[in-house]
Amino acid sequence: MEDSLFSIAINGIFVKNFLLVQFLGLCSFVGVSKETKSAAGMSAAVLFVMIMASIASYLIYTYLLEPYGLTFLTTISFIIVIAFLVQLVEFIIRKYSPPLYRSLGIFLPLITTNCAILGVVILNARLDYNFVQSLFYGISAGLGYSMVMLFMSAIREKANSLNVPEAIEGLPHAFFITTLLSMAFVSYFGVIPT
Amino acid sequence: MNPVAIIAGSAVVIGGIGFLVGIILIWASEKFAVEINPLVEEVNEALPGANCGACGYAGCADFAEKVVDQVAPIDGCPVGGFDVAKVIGGLLGQEVKEAESIYPFVRCNGGIHCTDKIDYDGIEDCKAVMMLSDSEKGCSYGCIGRGTCVRACPFNALKMADDRLPHVIKNLCKSCGICVEACPNDILVMANDTEQVHVLCRSYDKGKVVKSVCEFGCIGCKICVKNCPADAITVTNFLAEIDQEKCTNCGQCIENCPQKSIQMREFVVEAVAA
Repeated sequence: MEDSLFSIAINGIFVKNFLLVQFLGLCSFVGVSKETKSAAGMSAAVLFVMIMASIASYLIYTYLLEPYGLTFLTTISFIIVIAFLVQLVEFIIRKYSPPLYRSLGIFLPLITTNCAILGVVILNARLDYNFVQSLFYGISAGLGYSMVMLFMSAIREKANSLNVPEAIEGLPHAFFITTLLSMAFVSYFGVIPT
Repeated sequence: MNPVAIIAGSAVVIGGIGFLVGIILIWASEKFAVEINPLVEEVNEALPGANCGACGYAGCADFAEKVVDQVAPIDGCPVGGFDVAKVIGGLLGQEVKEAESIYPFVRCNGGIHCTDKIDYDGIEDCKAVMMLSDSEKGCSYGCIGRGTCVRACPFNALKMADDRLPHVIKNLCKSCGICVEACPNDILVMANDTEQVHVLCRSYDKGKVVKSVCEFGCIGCKICVKNCPADAITVTNFLAEIDQEKCTNCGQCIENCPQKSIQMREFVVEAVAA
């Protein structure tokens, strides 16, 4: 696979979209996508954490872990970094946007355990991306996440006014929507020749 | 590389990262500290914590914040009622007057005294009945009696009695008004506790029609209008209506109503399990 910045971006946003193709971070995806406003807030928080985590984990991986043969510490050190960043984001959101803080609720601290973010940083390390590539992959993964979040919240807001049978109202219906969106994203396979 | 060096290296790396981010977080927590008024927490403690939304705010925490900001009224929590208002008033140093209590009230006396139009055998829900046909009762205005309000009540303050009408259990009712919203046929209204005399019917059908389906329905005979010493009753569209502003609760209309559709308000009082 070629690793030009453009192909990394297309890869992160569409071809290997974290939510709909790799199925990472589905918890917050289903949980916060009920309204566009909180979905946008969540997306911004995830985007921020992804970018910062990409940078920090790249530095840690290249300058601390790899030279000293400590790559078995990859996961644990990345998790520390992510937890730290999430905590930082939580402080900032609580200070500057209390309504957003309340509407995100438990999902904000749960970004810590959001596998999409750990996914980005571990893929960065595994694919041996350099600094700029890591940063790009973090940004595009975050943008892909945000895009799908906004799609989903827009669709779910519209779906509120649908006459859905009671048995599949709410979450089951959201999963049906996710399935259809995911099937659409599968058609991006092969956009980048391997 | 020998094991000791690996262990030491790991400890230094992980410990170092942990120490560094710890320091940054301490700095950030002070930099971005949010001042929370301790009163909000105290008011929140005093509230029932049911997050029912009857106050019109998004849950108890939101209401507590609004009360402290002087946006919401101290006695804004209908669930907690006067007791909670007193505690909050104490916290904020304000006097609270005892509010008049309002309770839901069933504007139908049909129940088993009203004929059945269809033999309904479907889902136990008034809305389901209404989707099928206006009502399973002969009277399309009356209480359907499938207990949608009873199931809607978060405090179990309504129960269906043998007469197939919902009854309000006064000591459990928190005046939240959720049952009024739930009733698909608009039978329930919130009425002040001091308003005791009510027309237990809301049928606009002509007297003959009402009489053919219901024992207790209002036929619009206007006997109550003539007998009312306070001129509080009017009949429009074959239905008597009591102006509660003028009503003195004297009970003249109750004695003279040939259909017994005007009644004193009655409550069920049940012992609360501790």
